[in-house]
Amino acid sequence: MKKELKIPLIKDGTVIDHIKPGNAIKVLHILGFPKSSSSVVSVAMNVKSKMGKKDIVKVENRELDPHEVDKIALISPKATINIIRDYKVADKHRVKIPNEIVGIITCSNPTCISNSSREPVKSRFKVIKKDPPQIKCYYCEREPDDIAERII
Amino acid sequence: MFLKTLLSWFRISFFLIIMNFKGKDIISIKDFSKKEIDYVLNYSEKMLPYAKGEKFKNILKGKVLSSLFFEPSTRTRLSFESAMNRLGGRVIGFSDPGGTSLKKGESLADTIRMADAYSDGIVMRHPQEGAARLAAEFSDSPVLNAGDGAGHHPTQCLLDLFTIKTEKKRIEKNKIVLLGDLKYGRTVHSLAYALSLYGAKLTFVSPTSLKMPKEVINECVDLGVEPTQTSNLEKAIKNADVLYATRIQKERFPDAEEYNKVVGSYKINNELLQNAKKSLIVMHPLPRVTEIDPEVDSTIHALYFKQAFNGVPVRMALLALTLGGSL
Repeated sequence: MKKELKIPLIKDGTVIDHIKPGNAIKVLHILGFPKSSSSVVSVAMNVKSKMGKKDIVKVENRELDPHEVDKIALISPKATINIIRDYKVADKHRVKIPNEIVGIITCSNPTCISNSSREPVKSRFKVIKKDPPQIKCYYCEREPDDIAERII
Repeated sequence: MFLKTLLSWFRISFFLIIMNFKGKDIISIKDFSKKEIDYVLNYSEKMLPYAKGEKFKNILKGKVLSSLFFEPSTRTRLSFESAMNRLGGRVIGFSDPGGTSLKKGESLADTIRMADAYSDGIVMRHPQEGAARLAAEFSDSPVLNAGDGAGHHPTQCLLDLFTIKTEKKRIEKNKIVLLGDLKYGRTVHSLAYALSLYGAKLTFVSPTSLKMPKEVINECVDLGVEPTQTSNLEKAIKNADVLYATRIQKERFPDAEEYNKVVGSYKINNELLQNAKKSLIVMHPLPRVTEIDPEVDSTIHALYFKQAFNGVPVRMALLALTLGGSL
């Protein structure tokens, strides 16, 4: 029996595969979708795969900058980025956590200056360990345990 | 004598060549290397006669320092102001933000922009962690952190190191007990890190609910020091060289009931000190409340008032170095 695809193949664009199940919406949020793009975006959640369940995001007619997409490694370190050209995978790489995370996570310290709505600054974290991800606030040096929960 | 003076001059000049602090922000003790700390401590020693008013040199004449205290302070603010005045500089600023535009909703960033425009350097204490780091982003002049919430207090740390060094002739290998509020106390966090840089032997004594945070312990371990943790003060001070006590800070507790449970957990008095080495020095960043009995003040152990004075030479050194004055 022919295997049916949950989301149709895309001709050109980017497929983010192997996202930790249940995290696709957060991934879209980190990447700034839909605000940052007019591309068609398809999402599949809890899709069965050889390695258990996963989420998938497909973005049509746009090749995402791998460095920009690397941010999602914070919540989904096993995700892969596939650049699709004419229905074929032209490029593939696993996300790599960047050295600094700016403006996508709130500090877990309520009295950290970066949480003050009056100040013209974005939250800023240094990545001190990549696997599992461990980050430290640039301002107050607090290390949040619940990274996924702190995504803005 | 001439040779000694010449050698001393060469030593200072050598350090001046390789250590350039002009314009440097002083935010956290972690921004300093051990060599830089040594340099500041040596320079502070040179400042001692000027701090005592025995010698005079207007090396910061014409310079203006902004002193921005968003939280109460006695020692830090006065010793910074004394340090600036003793070096011939002038101080502007406030000790109560109630009289400023912050009351009208102005941001810290804009306040800093203004202070930067009006002065050559900024000393700031603020109740929020990370405030000094933020201030440094918005100021071209050097920012000296005088305490940011439960975060850092690097100048206190440097004066603590200076006190230990001048009293014990070295920092290395001393057995040092840090006592009290180790969870919220910014002083002990910075000090534990700095003492670990020197390989001091550390013991942390606190109520269970106020134990040293894991991040600080990890930093000590990374620097090769394995601190001992206990709640038994009597046992901890038996062979100690330094007992560094801190106040349990009511203002840092989110819950008043939690504060009431632990306040008065430890008391340093003459009875307790009977079991200590004669050479043990008792330090405290002050203000104290009940943790040190006034009867200790007249003993050879009490060093906290001298420690508070040491804030002047150390801050003179830091102001001279960052604002560009030289002895």
